[in-house]
Order: sequence, then structure tokens, then C-alpha cells
Amino acid sequence: MSSHTKLCFAHPPARPGDQPDFSALEIPAAGALPVPPLDIVAQDCIEHANSLIRVMDDHGAAVGPWADYLSDMEPEALREGLRHMMTSRIIDMRMMNAQRQGKMSFYIQGIGEEAIACGFQRRLKPGDMNFPTYRQQGLLIAGGYPLEKLIGQFYSNAYDPLQGRQLPTLHSARDYGYFTVSGNLGTQYVHAVGWAMANALTGKDNLAVGWIGDGSTASNDFHTALLSASSYWPPVILNVVNNQWAISTYTGVARGHGRTYAARALGYGIPALRVDGNDYLAVLAVTRWATERVRAGLGAILIEWYTYRVGAHSSSDDPSAYRPKDEAKAWPLGDPIERLKQHLILRDEWSEARHVQAEAEILAEVIEVQKRVEAAGTMIDPKPIPGASIFKGVYADMPEHIRRQRQEMGV
Amino acid sequence: MPHLTMIEALRDAMDVMLARDPQVIVFGEDVGYFGGVFRCTSGLQKKYGEERVFDTPINESAIVGLGIGMAAQGMKPCVEIQFADYVFPAYDQITQEAARIRHRSNEQFSCPLVIRMPTGGGIFGGQTHSQSPEALFTHVAGLKVVQPATPYDAKGLLIASIECPDPVIFLEPKRLYNGPFNGDHKAPAQSWKTHALGEVPEGHYAIPIGKARVHREGEAVTILTYGTMVFVAEAAVEKAGIDAEIIDLRSLLPLDLEAIEASVRKTGRCIVLHEATKTSGLAGEIIACVQEACFYHLEAPIQRVTGWDAPYPHALEWDYFPGQDRVCRALEAVMEV
Repeated sequence: MSSHTKLCFAHPPARPGDQPDFSALEIPAAGALPVPPLDIVAQDCIEHANSLIRVMDDHGAAVGPWADYLSDMEPEALREGLRHMMTSRIIDMRMMNAQRQGKMSFYIQGIGEEAIACGFQRRLKPGDMNFPTYRQQGLLIAGGYPLEKLIGQFYSNAYDPLQGRQLPTLHSARDYGYFTVSGNLGTQYVHAVGWAMANALTGKDNLAVGWIGDGSTASNDFHTALLSASSYWPPVILNVVNNQWAISTYTGVARGHGRTYAARALGYGIPALRVDGNDYLAVLAVTRWATERVRAGLGAILIEWYTYRVGAHSSSDDPSAYRPKDEAKAWPLGDPIERLKQHLILRDEWSEARHVQAEAEILAEVIEVQKRVEAAGTMIDPKPIPGASIFKGVYADMPEHIRRQRQEMGV
Repeated sequence: MPHLTMIEALRDAMDVMLARDPQVIVFGEDVGYFGGVFRCTSGLQKKYGEERVFDTPINESAIVGLGIGMAAQGMKPCVEIQFADYVFPAYDQITQEAARIRHRSNEQFSCPLVIRMPTGGGIFGGQTHSQSPEALFTHVAGLKVVQPATPYDAKGLLIASIECPDPVIFLEPKRLYNGPFNGDHKAPAQSWKTHALGEVPEGHYAIPIGKARVHREGEAVTILTYGTMVFVAEAAVEKAGIDAEIIDLRSLLPLDLEAIEASVRKTGRCIVLHEATKTSGLAGEIIACVQEACFYHLEAPIQRVTGWDAPYPHALEWDYFPGQDRVCRALEAVMEV
């Protein structure tokens, strides 16, 4: 065997017991990157796919050319955005506790990643369709989805629109532009492209939006979706949420010798941007640009949202086994809620006191809904959905063999 | 009434549905400009344009995955997998997504998608152009699986499949594309053009999914089969001189339990025949259904005749293929008791 042929195995910069180390991250100054023309082509996108679009500087001020894409966002609209993110986080904290108390089987939180889904949804229109993963509940929160349905889904009781068929957080809300979430990762990236093709083929002026995590870019579906978007050029936005961790696997394993996930799109001829996903203003600005491009018929775009998964992968995961405990605090791009709060305080549009008050109000609202939903049954005190509902909707019409099985069940 | 080959009948079905319903589209590898390697979509792109009938890259999970996204919105894609042997990159999309979207979304979304694929052997296709993977789909709740054996059924079932609100795996017995085949590969090829079952009406008609067809009425024994094996069974029955009832199942999921049970109760004997491999094959499921419902009507153990549990061999396919002789032996065995 030749000594020249050693394999590479990617390793995170720090493991449990080590000091967190993000010194290798290259973070450009806020406002450094220009706004590309809407009809930019992939080969002119190399800088945008490899650097990082940032709008808020270290003091919370919006700087640079991307800030122009916020002109339609009054302070009240930004306060609403802050409220969405705070609601998302408070729900996550309450539900993780409820899961620990045994009231639900499972939960997936999105702490630290709130700006991406909550911000993105602000730029969508009725009829647009997201194909989310389990970590984009913020799309529903920012989209005005009733909290009792959102929370009801976690408890699989009478409030659950899906009647207990799906793991908590795998929502489906067609009227809110939220496609039924699969637990098999990656598959729905292709559906987003197909949905967008259907929009174009049937003359609908709407977008489809694919969502995938950095880990799942390794799936064949990621490449299938990019190839299909490249072949047919439909009105689709393909989002990659790079939160650094795929359960316990460091993002470098999926990234391999590529530099960024955004850059992968360039090989398919799809322009791509890489964005600070903890910067709510950058999310609003870039999403406005991207939706304008795609709505104008200029073709697909991929956006890598650079962020950090603060929480465990799921309620079944313990990250202290594979990464330093305080790594999240060392994340150099900060916390999305703190950053938007600072921005509004800097503009005299918010204060610490108002923030504390808002937090209390949201918490009270969430607790009120949670109590109401829990009264309809939890895993500790179940009020089950009728078993015969299992057979409903396997097919549009029930075939004979299923009718017989329902009979065998005793109903 | 015009006589069509099965290929022409399938094309006619797509033609009828493309003309009737603007939500119907057709795509797959080589299906657009060229019209498919088996010519099933020949001329359709020219007639309906590239937005209705188009080529895809060689990526089955794209063909099915895009179809799911379109179908979930309300379109009715009828996609082609070039050979059933090639469907496996799309197996995740078919079994985990298409089959479940209606159920898991509590009917907010559905998946009216047809996935056509040529299946079965007897064409010197070797192990990657001859397989019969139906049992890998009939095991999946939420799918419908059909396989016609005649041009008439091919057209009517494909129209019903395109109109079906749920995903349909549409298996086409490629050995029957141009004519019926009785299992004797040395005999001159027959054509649908001169066969009674090659008659295909013009225009729209649908054969309901879930209904079997009595191919030959008889009193002595029931042969439950489908696809390529229907005409093999017919020839074997003639050769053995036994008054068998041959049921062409047509719909493999759901099965026509009433038709199966009625026939077995009448004859008291049963053979299940398919070209696919034996172990965990569809015959096992059918036999279980028969014994659950008809045990006290049975006069003899149920027989099954299937392909051997080996990969489909290229040069030895007639050793592999469950031909007339094996069906005759099963007939003798089932009639002996």
C-alpha cells in the first residue's frame, strides 16, 4: 500500500472538554458584499456563494447596500419579527419541558435558528408553498398559524390537525403554505422543485421553497433537486440551513472538500448566496431579493443560511457527548433575538423593559394555549383519538381488505 | 373495432387523457422527442407540446419526486420508468412519500401519480431488464398496483389509473407488448392485431382498479394469475385438458377478494401463478387470503408456480421462466387429491 493514499476524516475544531474554537470561520464585515443584479448567473456568484452576507454590524446598526432591501420594514414590523422569534423560542422551551415531564413523546427545538424561518416567511405571499424540515416551525409562527393547532400537533390529541399520525413537529398546514413534513430527510427538496414546476405549467404566480439541513445535503435528493431545478428552471428557492451539526456529525463530514454548501449550486448552474442566518435583517433583505428574482421568472436560487444549532438535535439527543457544552455561547454570529433587540434599542424603538414585558406577555399566551391543549389529553393523561381513524385516508376510498381489517379491529 | 398492440393501447390511453385533462402530463427518460424506448409515448410530444410531454435526466428519484410535488398540487403526472428494474432509486420516494402523503397530512395533500414501468422477462433482457418487482410495491399501504394482460385492459386500466386520486404503480408485461405469449418461445410470435383481445375501443373508457377479469371460465380448478402468465396458463390448461377457471387479477393491490373467493369456493382447488420469484412473493399473500376465506371449500393443497429464487438469467431464461410444463405439473398435483 502506498503511503500517499491516506483518507481524510473531518473533525470539528473542539470536542467535549476542549475550549470552543471558531477561529477558522471567515466572517466579513457587515455590509461588505454588494447586492447582485436579480438576473445574476452562477459563474458571477462565486463571491456571494463563498463569503457571508451580513447586514447588522456589531452594534446592531443596519449597514451596507443590502439595508436598502429593508425600506419597507417599519419599526413596528421589526418588533413583530422579534415577537415571532421570541414566541418560537418560548414554545421550544415550554415543549422541551413538557417532553421531559412525559407529556409528549418527542420534540425538536430550533433555538438559535429562529431568524431564518421567522424572517423568510415575511416575504412569502398567499399560495407560496414551503417544503420544510422539522426545524422550521418559525414559518408557521410568522405565518399566523393558530397556536392551539401548532401546540395541539405536539400532543397528538383532539387539537392535532393530523390526528396523531405524525411525530411532534412534523406539521402539515396547506392553507399556511406548509407542506406535510417527512421524517425521511431530503425527500421533500425534490417535491419543492416539482411543485414549482406545476406552478409554472399551470400558470400560477407562486413560489415553492425547499428547505434542507447541511447534513442532508449529502442525500441523493439534494443533488436530484438541484439537477432538476437546473434542467427546468422553475420558480423555486432552495434553502440550506447550515447549523454545523447533523445530530452528532460535524458539518465538515457532509461538506467534504467543498468550501461551502452554497458553492455546490454553482456547479449546477444555479446562482447561490451565503447569508448570516442569525441576522434577522439579512434574512429579510436577502429573502426579498430572492423572491423578487424568482417571481420575475429569472429562475432558481440557492441560499445557504449560516447558523448554529444551539439545542440538542431532538429530545432524544445529548450534545454534551460530542461537542463542548458552551460552544453555542462562543458562536461568533451571536443570538438572533439578542441581535434584533439590540438593533431596535439602538434605533430607540425598543428597550430592555419592553423586552421583559413582551417576554412575559408571550409566555402567558403560550401557557394559556398549552393548558387548554393539555386539557384535551397528554401522554400522561391520554384521551386517545379513535383507533379506527388509522384507516382513514390510506386511500381516498377504502378498499375491501382495509374494510375487513377495520372490522377485525372491532369497529 | 380497431385492433391495437398493447403499446398502441397505452399510447392511446395517454392521448385520450392528455386531450381531456390539462392537468395530465407525461415525462420520463427518452419519452419526449423520441417517444420512449418501447415507443409508448411516440408522437405525444409533437401533438401536445413540450410542456405536456418531456424528457428527464437519468434520475428515477427525480422522475417520481417531481411527480409527487406536481401531484400534491393537483396535477396528474403519468411518468415512465424505463424498466421496472430501474425503479429502485425512486423506492424511497414511492414508498415513504407518495404512498403516505394523503394519510400523514390527514388528507390535506394527496398524490394522484401514475408510475408506468415495463416488467417481466422472456425478452433476453438479463437480470436488469426482466424483473417482476410487484411484491415490493404490494407490501406498501397507500399504493395501488395494477398489471394488464391485454391491450383492452391496458388502455382502460391506464385511464383509470390516471383518474385515480391515489398513486398507482402501473406494471406493463413487456413480453405482451406486441402480442400474447403462451410460454413457448420457439413458436412463431403472435400479434394482437389478429387476436380477439387486441380489440380496443376508441375514446375514453375506464376499467375499475380492484376488479379481476375471468379469462377462462371453468369448474375444476381456479388459476389465479396476471400479466405475462395469463396466456401461459391458458395454453397449459388446453394441453392438460382440465376445465380450469383462469382469473386475470389485473389489480394486485387491492386484490379483488370477492372474485378470488367466489371462484375458489366454486372449484375447490387453486393454483397461483406468477413470473416473479417465489419467496415472499405475491403468491404467498394470495394463498393466505384464499385459505383464510375458503379453507373449508378446498379439496387439495394450494399450488404455486413462480420464477425460481435466483436472479433472472440472461441465456438461461427459459430454464427460469415458469412455463407450460410447470403449470401442467401443478394442475396434475392439484387434481390428484
